[in-house]
Amino acid sequence: MDLEGSQNPAGAAPEPLIRPGHTFETVTDKISSIVLTRGTTPGWVFGFLVGFSLLMLLNLVITLLMVKGVGIWGIRIPVAWGFAIVNFVWWIGIGHAGTLISAILLLLHQRWRTSINRFAEAMTIFAVMCAGMFPLLHMGRPWLFYYLMPYPNPMWIWPQFRSPLVWDVFAVSTYFTVSLLFWFVGLIPDLATLRDRAKNKAAQIIYGALAMGWRGSAVHWYRYEFASLLLAGLATPLVVSVHTVVSFDFTIALVPGWHSTIFPPYFVAGAIYSGFAMVLTLAIPIRKFYRLEDLVTDRHLDIMAKVMLATGIIVAYGYVMETFMAFYSGNLYERYMMINRLKGPYWPLYWMLILCNILIPQALWSRRVRRSIPALFVISLVVNIGMWLERFVIVVVSLHRDFTPSAWGMYTPTKWDWATYAGTFGLFFTMFFLFIRFLPMISIVEVRSLVHETSEENTHS
Amino acid sequence: MAQIFHRSTNLIARASIYGAVLIIGGLGYALYAIALSPWYTEQGLERQQPVPFSHRHHAGELGIDCRYCHTSVEQSSFAGLPPTQTCMTCHSQIWTNASMLEPVRESYRSGQSLAWTRVNALPDFVYFDHSIHVSKGIGCTTCHGPIAQMALTYRAGTLYMSWCLDCHRQPAQYVRPRSEVFNPFYEPPSASHPVMFEGKEFTDQLALGRLAVKEYKIHTLQYCSTCHR
Repeated sequence: MDLEGSQNPAGAAPEPLIRPGHTFETVTDKISSIVLTRGTTPGWVFGFLVGFSLLMLLNLVITLLMVKGVGIWGIRIPVAWGFAIVNFVWWIGIGHAGTLISAILLLLHQRWRTSINRFAEAMTIFAVMCAGMFPLLHMGRPWLFYYLMPYPNPMWIWPQFRSPLVWDVFAVSTYFTVSLLFWFVGLIPDLATLRDRAKNKAAQIIYGALAMGWRGSAVHWYRYEFASLLLAGLATPLVVSVHTVVSFDFTIALVPGWHSTIFPPYFVAGAIYSGFAMVLTLAIPIRKFYRLEDLVTDRHLDIMAKVMLATGIIVAYGYVMETFMAFYSGNLYERYMMINRLKGPYWPLYWMLILCNILIPQALWSRRVRRSIPALFVISLVVNIGMWLERFVIVVVSLHRDFTPSAWGMYTPTKWDWATYAGTFGLFFTMFFLFIRFLPMISIVEVRSLVHETSEENTHS
Repeated sequence: MAQIFHRSTNLIARASIYGAVLIIGGLGYALYAIALSPWYTEQGLERQQPVPFSHRHHAGELGIDCRYCHTSVEQSSFAGLPPTQTCMTCHSQIWTNASMLEPVRESYRSGQSLAWTRVNALPDFVYFDHSIHVSKGIGCTTCHGPIAQMALTYRAGTLYMSWCLDCHRQPAQYVRPRSEVFNPFYEPPSASHPVMFEGKEFTDQLALGRLAVKEYKIHTLQYCSTCHR
C-alpha cells in the first residue's frame, strides 16, 4: 500500500505532511512552548490526577498481592493464566507500533513518521513497563524475579533455557533497553533546544545534563544520524521478534488453541494493529488539546488508519486460518476448542472480538471514515478492546476446557484482577502525562526537516 | 548567555560512563562476595551450646563411634541426637561432679531434654536423607568436616545448593569405601597414603571414586525433585 500517496486524484500534488506556513522558528516555538511556557494547566492536572489515583490503586493491589499472594486474583486451576497474561500480551503488543514507527519506517524513509514517532516511542516504553509488571506479579514471589536471569549464583543452576518464559525475559528486557535508548538518543537535540530556551535555572541544568553537552556541531549531527540508524537497525528485528517470542509462550505448550504455527505472524500483526489503535487513541485527544493539528495532520491519522486496516486484515486471516485448521486437522480436541469458542460459555466474548477486530474496522476502507476524527477515535477504542478480547479468548477460553472434561473449569476475574488492570493504566497515564508536560512530545528536529519539504511542495502546487 | 555548566563537567561526564560500569560491576561483585562469605553463610561459626560438648574429645581423642550417639544415621533421614541417658552411660561414672555437666544431670533428673543449638539445618523445602548417603559411601566428615578436631561444633559447608550439587554432579571426587564412612580420621588416597578398596590399593581419589561409584551403583541424581519434593 502506498502510504505516502494520498487519495487525491492522480496528477494532483500529494497533501503536505505538515500544514504549510511553518518555518523552523514556528515549529520550535510551537513544540517547546508546550513544555516551557504553557505551564501546568488545570486540564493537565486533572488528567494527571486521574492517572495518579489509578497508580495508587496499583500500589494498593501490589501490596495486597505481596501480603496475600496471587489467590486474590481469579486464577484457579485449570485457568492458571488469567488476566495477568492477557494484560501482559495486550500491553506489550501496544508497544509494537512505537517501534515500528521509529525503526522500520525510519529505514524505509517514511517521512510521515516524524510527527508521531516521539510520543509513539514514549507509549512503547510506558506500555512495556506496564506489560513487564504482569509476569513479575504473576510469579507470586516477585522479589525472586532475578532467578530468571542467568547470573552466577550459589545454587549452581541456570534458568531453564528451553522454557519460553525465559525467552520472554530476554525478549522483553532487550526490547525495553533498545526502545529506551532509541527514544533517548532521539531526544538529545530537542533536550538541547529546551536547555537553550529554558529561562529557569533548574530547568537549564536538568535539560542541560540530559542533553549531554549537545552543541549541534557537524560531528554531533553525523554521530546522531549514525546512532539513530544503528539503533533503528537493532530495533527492526525486535518489532518482529518480541511478539513472536510472546506467542511462543503459547505455541510451545500442547493446549488446543495454543499449539499452532500461525501464532507468531498473527501475534506480530495483532501487536501492530493494537499499537496503531493506541497511537490513534492518544494522538487524537493530544493534538486537539494542544492544538497540534498542523503538525499531526489529518493525513497522519489517515495513514495510521490504513496501517490499522492492513494489519487488521492479517489478523482476520489469522482467525480464519485458526478456525479452518481446527476442523481440517481432524483433531478432536482442536475441533472442540473451536466449537467451545464459538458457542461455549464464553461465546459472547468471541463474537464481540470478531465484531471489534474484523467487522467494525472495515469501515476504514472509506475515506470519509478515515477523515472523520470522532469515527477514527471510536474505531481505535473498539480495536483496543477487540485486541484485549482476543488475548482473553486465547488465554482463558483455551485453558478452561482442554483435554479431559473432568478437569474443566470456569474463570471469573475478581475485583482485584480489574484493579490490577486499571492500575497499570494509572502507571501508563501518569508516565504519559509527565512526559507531555516535561519533554517535547513531537520531535522538533525531525519536524523541522519537513518544513523545507512543505515549503517546496507549496511552490510546486 | 552565561555557561550553565563549568568546563570540568566534560570530564565528569566522560568519567561517569566508566564510573557507571565500575560501580555496577563492583556492586554485583560485592553482593556475590558477601553471599559467599562466612559472615553471611555462618560457615565455620562455632555455636554456643548449653553444655560445651566437644566432638574433638569424644570422637577424636576417645574414639567413640559416631553411631554411639547418632544412632539412626544408617536407617533414617535424621542422624538423631542422643537422649540424656546416652550421656549418662559414661557421665554417671566419670566427671560426676563437674559443674560443666550440671545441665546434663539436671536434664537427667527432670526428664527435660537438653536444648542443643542446631548447627547444620537445611531449609524445610529440602528433603535430605542421611541413610542413603551413608550407605553409598559418603563419610560423615565429607559433609561435616574435620569433626574430630572440633572443640565446639561448627558448620563445615555453606549448605548452598552449589555445595550439594558439587558432589551430586561428580560423586567420584568424594566417595570413599563403606568401611571408612564412620572413620573421622579418614584421608582420601594419595601416593604417600594409599587406601585399600575391593582388594586393590589406590593412590588416586578419582580412580577409587570411579570404581566405588560403579560398585555402589551411585546415580548422579540432579532432578529438582530429588531434593525438592
